[in-house]
Formats: sequence, C-alpha cells, structure tokens
Amino acid sequence: MRNPQLTKNGELQHLLTLDGLPREILTAILDTAEPFTEVAEREVKKLPILRGKSIFNLFFENSTRTRTTFEIAAKRLSADVVNLNVSTSSTSKGESLLDTVDNLCAMQADMFVVRHAASGAPFLITQHLAANGRNDIHVINAGDGRHAHPTQGLLDMYTIRHYKQDFTQLTVAVVGDVLHSRVARSQISALTTLGVPEVRVIAPKTLLPAEVEKLGVRVFHDMREGLRDVDVVMMLRLQNERMSGALLPTPQEFYKVWGLTAEKLALAKSDAIVMHPGPMNRGVEIDSAVADGAQAVILPQVTFGIAVRMAVMSMLAA
Amino acid sequence: MNITISNGRVIDPANGIDAVQDLFVSGGKIVALGTPPEGFDADRIIDASGLVVSPGLIDLAARLREPGFEYRATLESEMDAAMAGGVTSLAIPPDTDPVLDEPGLVEMLCHRAKKLNRAHVYPVGALTIGLKGERLSEMAELVDSGCVAFSQSNVPIVDNAVLWRAMQYAATFDFRVWLQPIAPFLSRGGFAHDGEVASRLGLAGIPVAAETVALFTYLQLARQTGARLHVTRLSSAEGLKLIDQARAEGMDVTCDVSINHLHLCDLDIGYFNSHCHLVPPLRSQRDREALCQGLIDGRINALCSDHTPVDDDGKLTPFSESEPGATGLELLLPLTLKWAELSGVGLSTALARVTSDAGRIVGITKAGHLSPGARADICIFDPEAERRITRDSLRSQGKNTPFLGIELPGRVNYTLVEGKVMYEAVLSAP
Repeated sequence: MRNPQLTKNGELQHLLTLDGLPREILTAILDTAEPFTEVAEREVKKLPILRGKSIFNLFFENSTRTRTTFEIAAKRLSADVVNLNVSTSSTSKGESLLDTVDNLCAMQADMFVVRHAASGAPFLITQHLAANGRNDIHVINAGDGRHAHPTQGLLDMYTIRHYKQDFTQLTVAVVGDVLHSRVARSQISALTTLGVPEVRVIAPKTLLPAEVEKLGVRVFHDMREGLRDVDVVMMLRLQNERMSGALLPTPQEFYKVWGLTAEKLALAKSDAIVMHPGPMNRGVEIDSAVADGAQAVILPQVTFGIAVRMAVMSMLAA
Repeated sequence: MNITISNGRVIDPANGIDAVQDLFVSGGKIVALGTPPEGFDADRIIDASGLVVSPGLIDLAARLREPGFEYRATLESEMDAAMAGGVTSLAIPPDTDPVLDEPGLVEMLCHRAKKLNRAHVYPVGALTIGLKGERLSEMAELVDSGCVAFSQSNVPIVDNAVLWRAMQYAATFDFRVWLQPIAPFLSRGGFAHDGEVASRLGLAGIPVAAETVALFTYLQLARQTGARLHVTRLSSAEGLKLIDQARAEGMDVTCDVSINHLHLCDLDIGYFNSHCHLVPPLRSQRDREALCQGLIDGRINALCSDHTPVDDDGKLTPFSESEPGATGLELLLPLTLKWAELSGVGLSTALARVTSDAGRIVGITKAGHLSPGARADICIFDPEAERRITRDSLRSQGKNTPFLGIELPGRVNYTLVEGKVMYEAVLSAP
C-alpha cells in the first residue's frame, strides 16, 4: 500500500500523519522552516510564495490556536485564507463531509487545512480528491480525532532540534494522556523516525493505548523513574472530561502522581527542556513554577509553529 | 421435470461422497446417484464435466434488509445475489425495521420469499421485543410462523437477568438460541480491535474481553438453563478457547465464524478502510489464525457470509462514523474455496462448513446433503475459474466489501432450488 500522502515519486503531496514518513522528508521540512523564523522579525512579515493561492481552513472541530497559527502562516506567505467553522454550519444542516469538500473544490481551493473529530477524516478527503482527479488540491491535517497532529509533531521536533541539535543522543519522555492524544502519536512517530534512541511514555495504564510499546516506546508508570536523566520532557494536555471518572479518580491525584513539578523535573538532566502543546492545565499536568520556569520552551514552540506551518504549506503548494 | 447432472465431481460431505458420477433429480428431489432409477427419462441433461456438484450452500446470516432498509437492499436484489452465489438456504437475522419480533412480520417475510421462489428462507426471531433486552418475544408463536431460532443479532442484552430468563424460556421449548458475544459496556464507543493497529490509527478500541466476558456469561447461563446455545461470529482466539473448555466439560455448544474474520485481520484496515469496519471488529493476525485452525478441525462448526449490505453513503465517511458491515452472499463460496486452498483442507471438509454442518445448526434435515429423497438444492461450480470481485460483478445491492478488486476462485455455473434451475451463468464461448 502506497503512503497516501506521497506522490508516485515519493514527494510530499499532503501532510496527513508523520507515521511512515521518511526521515529525509521530516528533515527537509525542518530545514525549510529555518529561514522562515526570521520573517517574523522583519518589518514587513510577508513573503510572496503563495500569492494567488486559496487556502481553506476547514475546521469541523473548534480550535482557536491551531487555526490562528495556520492563518498567520498562510498570510505570511501571501495566500488568501478563508476560515470555515464547519462544526457550526453545514454539518449541523446534515451535509456530509464530502459534500462540503466538493463545494469548496468548486470554489477553486488550492489547499485544505482540516481538523476533524474523527480519526482518519483527512484520509477520506484525499481519497475522494484522488477519485475525482483533483490531485492539484493539497490537504494538511490539523488534527484528526486521536490519530495525528503532524504539524504539532513537526514544530515539537523543530524545537528539540533548536535546543538539542542532535536527535540521536537524546532520551525523550512523553507524559500524560497518550491514549487520547493525537499530539503524542505524531511526536512518537517523529521521534522514532528521527533516530531518538529512547522514547519513553509515562502514564497510568488507563491513559495508554493497547500495545503502545509496539510504537517503539519504553513504558513507565512511575514519573520519577521515567524522568530520570531525560533530555526532553513533553507534557500532554489532559482534557477536563477525563480528569474524573473511569480513567482517573481526580485531577488532584493525577497532579500528585503525574503532574510535573520542580522536584520531579530535578530528576531529569539539568539542561532538560520542558514542552507542552497548549493549552495548559496549570496545577493538573504541570506546576506553574515549571511552566514559567527557565527550562520551559513552551512559548518558543508557538513561535516555531508558525515557521513550520509556513514550511509545510510552501513545500506542498508553491 | 427430470434432470440429469452428468459427469460432475459430486461432493456430498454429509455422506462422505467425493466421486465423479451422475446425479438424478425428479419432482424437486434428488432421486439417485450413479445409476438412474428405473424408467428415468431426463427432460434436461446438465453437463457437469470438470465441475463440482455440491449441496446448495446454507448461510447462517444473510441480511436481506427487508423490511425497513430497502434503500440498502431488497428481497429481490439479495435473492438474486444468493442464487448467483449458489446459496440456496438463508437464515435471516431479526435486525430488520421493524424487528422480527412479531409472528405477522415473519409470516410476511416467508410469504414474500416464497413468492420470489428462489432461496429458502429461515427467519431467526428476536429473542426480546425490539431487540431491546427487556421483554420476551412470543417465541412459541414465532416458531409457528416459521422461526428456526432466536437471537439478539448484534444488539446485546444489557440486563443479564433478562438474558437468563429468555434462555430459560427458550429452553422450555428446546428452541435454539443464537447469541453473538458482545459485552455491551466493554464494546461501547469502540470501532476496532484494541491492539497495535487501533493504537496507531487512533481508533477507539474494543478489547478481546468484550467477547470473552459475554461468552463466559452465555456459557454459564446456557449451562444453568439448559438452553441450546449457538455462538455466532467468533472473533478471537480467547473466545474459541472458552468454547473448547465448555465442550471439554461436556457442554453441547456450536459456533460459527464469518468469511471476513476468517480471511482478514486488523492490519487490513490499512489507512482507515471503512470496508473493514465490521461487528465484531477484525482482530489480530494471531486471532485470525486460531479461527482458521478452529474451522479446519471443526471446533468452529460453520462458516457464514454475515451478509450485511451497506449503501455507499454509509461507507463514504470517516471510519468511526461509517456503518459497519459488508456484503457477502456472493463471496461465501469463493472464500470457502480460497480458505481450502490456503489452509490445505480438502474440498469436502471445506464444503461441509457451508452445507451440512451449517444445516445442522439451523435444523435443516432435508437439505445440505445429496441423499436420495433430499430436496434438490444443488450448486454446480467450477472450482478453478478465477473471478475478480468488482462492484459490477456483484448482484447484491450492497457493493461494499473488503474483497473488492481481489481475484477469488470459484464460479457458480448452475444453482438449482427444489429441482429447478434458478441460476445459470452466462459463459463466454471458449
């Protein structure tokens, strides 16, 4: 089965997942993003790379941050951006996902940035586009269910490379709700592909997917054991509705056992960096002292995110 | 009408026959094998040289989608599919709309099927009203109307006390109870086997325990109530192990597997292929191998199509939002033959699982074999002919199956029901 996000020549046509994407492509995206970080420092923060292109932000699930960063990235490349919050429009009128896509195709779209609550939804869109001979339209997955959030995974890799340079000497821990996290899946795919020798996940058994070790990670349930000597700590967001119920008893207990505090962070390497995809639950998965501390690189992540999204968009559509 | 089926390889698993010989049909029945009865004068001779002559197939689960889901399939379209697939007897699950919980509905279904005069229909009545798991259906009345067993299809009873009483009531009459092992809460919200594939794809998982916990309950209740239990659509090695244990303790229980679960596993989901969205979910490669072995040695008694026509709109959505199910009537024979080829099991054993062994579970005595006096339900097929499964090649209104685009062995040349040729393949000139 051919990876549906690559062309016959192995070039990136869509960005749907980092799972199965070759290391060369990941590295190329990170390299391409490098000069884009400087654009933000200019007086005129714009490049003409995507002038005349129409990009549709197609969000079937609410999101402000991710949508905004995609919008900024597209505008800095001079593309025309249309934001559609489909969760509040067509689907509530009964229109199917593919009907919506067909309508936007008829409006001469060049690119869709898609977020959807169902895993795999962007794959369905690319299959549909291919079946209708619309291979000229590119799709970027901005988060599908629990499956993938590839641009988040890439911006995390960019951040790690920025601070740590060489992936092949690192120990990285991903902490928290891996089970429901598309971010974690994309991070794990990218880290293993880029040659990180030890990727750890730290979580209670209720928040780990089945056979997670087959994704190439080492499983820890004990935070102190798992954080020992790591170079990078990647915290995950815990959704409110999962904090108390059959998965976890209370947010307080979660914080006590798996919350990142200065005391637990002290077990990691002294120059370890702390990352979080945002938005953070202070006092649940992370203590404010750590979130705002010297080791946190959470805001640089956001800044790099724009450059990485510019890189992906320009590689796909320029 | 007298028909001679000449020179075919007659395979009749129930009678241990596998030899090239003639078969004689008269008055809707099989009258003789080998030598014609005295004074037999054939009105038609079917040359079956190079072909296999087998009992017509008996399918333990064929959803014809009537009443209620006519936009997915109709009795006409699915009967055509059955005939083209060499399937001459169909057990019909009760999950129509309305549900088969009323004698009048069952009579209507049997009447409509009889008028179409193709495959024989064996309705499986709802164990509880509306499959809701609250009130018992009128089982005695339903049997009078033609029901051969009672089931919940794939809608499990939540309240085990109701299940216990339903099995007790069925056991009062010695009625058959067919149950699909699904623990309602453990399977809730899941779409795929809880293993590496679901974890990678971010699909909510259904653990094997959803099958074993339910199965353990069913076996315990069957033991206590004396109900005649048939377990439908096994999906896991652990499930099969529970059946083995129950049998070792002397329990009389039967079980089946679907063609999908015999040939596919969770890896086949690939990049979210909604054709592989099935109930139960496709499990691991190891589970598939155990099911295959179970079917070879007869610990799994029968193979069925679990025919579930789903329209395109039901499949052209993200995996988790798609309708589960796949069309299968026309694939039952090809996938039986493919399984025989891959596993090295003999043709006679393979055919037994879709004829006589399946017939025993339904309680069909006069078909599923080729004994003189049996109903002349016969499938004549070319086991060597390869056929590519395409949307156009399927007569069923349901065009969705994981096997689209795949070449499979077995082409049905003739299907006879009660001694009448109901299907004849149009063969291009050699």
